[in-house]
Amino acid sequence: MRIIGENYRARNMDATDEMILKATQDGISLQGSPFRDIAERLGLTEDEVVERIRLMKEKGIIRRFGASIGHRDIGILANAMCIWNVPEERVEDVGRIMASFPEVTHCYERPRRSGWEYNLFTMVHSYTRSDCEEVAARISQSTGIEDYRLLFSEREFKKTGVRL
Amino acid sequence: MIHLDDTDKKILNTIQYDFPLDVRPFKRLGEEMGISEEEIIRRLERLHDEGAVRKIGPVINRNRVGGTSTLVAVNVPEHMIEEVAGYIDEYSEVSHNYLRPDKYNIWFTLSASSEERIKEILEELTRKTGLEFMNLPTVRLFKIGVRFNIK
Repeated sequence: MRIIGENYRARNMDATDEMILKATQDGISLQGSPFRDIAERLGLTEDEVVERIRLMKEKGIIRRFGASIGHRDIGILANAMCIWNVPEERVEDVGRIMASFPEVTHCYERPRRSGWEYNLFTMVHSYTRSDCEEVAARISQSTGIEDYRLLFSEREFKKTGVRL
Repeated sequence: MIHLDDTDKKILNTIQYDFPLDVRPFKRLGEEMGISEEEIIRRLERLHDEGAVRKIGPVINRNRVGGTSTLVAVNVPEHMIEEVAGYIDEYSEVSHNYLRPDKYNIWFTLSASSEERIKEILEELTRKTGLEFMNLPTVRLFKIGVRFNIK
């Protein structure tokens, strides 16, 4: 998952971009001109700050710029990590099908380990555990993968997102 | 639990992915939704204070800022859960950490500047806890797109 060589450099950011990310990663202020202070500190105009954020989004340096939701606080209490044992030759195909479910927020292939045969991971968030179970059952049906488990989170020790 | 009216829900569903990149983002948002900038800000302040909105900011793509990330699992005996979770949370590289009762019961994501740093953190954790950590780096990414459909 590392991007190297020319491709990486072309998509990389400069020191000003990095300062903008550091200044906004904990959230912009909830006031009319939230980028004004940042712009002043960095010696830029507000338009330049916004344009740089837009470009970082376009380049894929940031996945999105927007709100992180406290999903538990608004009642989306169930959060299941569904783990699937998928035959090697079907991973590409099955991964795409799983990713197409709107309820699936993350879908990754990960390595098998000794005593650990699950190689596809999907995250499902919903209002209740039974909602999550129902989504997993539908995924199982449409992919034909029957060896799977749901791991529900019982406690959140930490959630900060990626930080610089 | 937080009470949300239809306008709150509409705001929450919009600002996850369609937050306007503008020097006056709340004004733009208000124009799109037919309400004033002041009302948008007032509602967002409440949603933030009560926990529905954790923050409005960038979701950084670790792989594009010169780093790497992984998922780690560990089987922690019941009486050590608090202690081990505490050791894990101390690292700024840990972005998520959950208790998920199963064969492996603590699951966390690590996002670091290099694979060497990840190895170093896992070795330190093993030294501190005597436990074995299962490192499951991404082989292929099919989807990442957290979006809550608030009903």
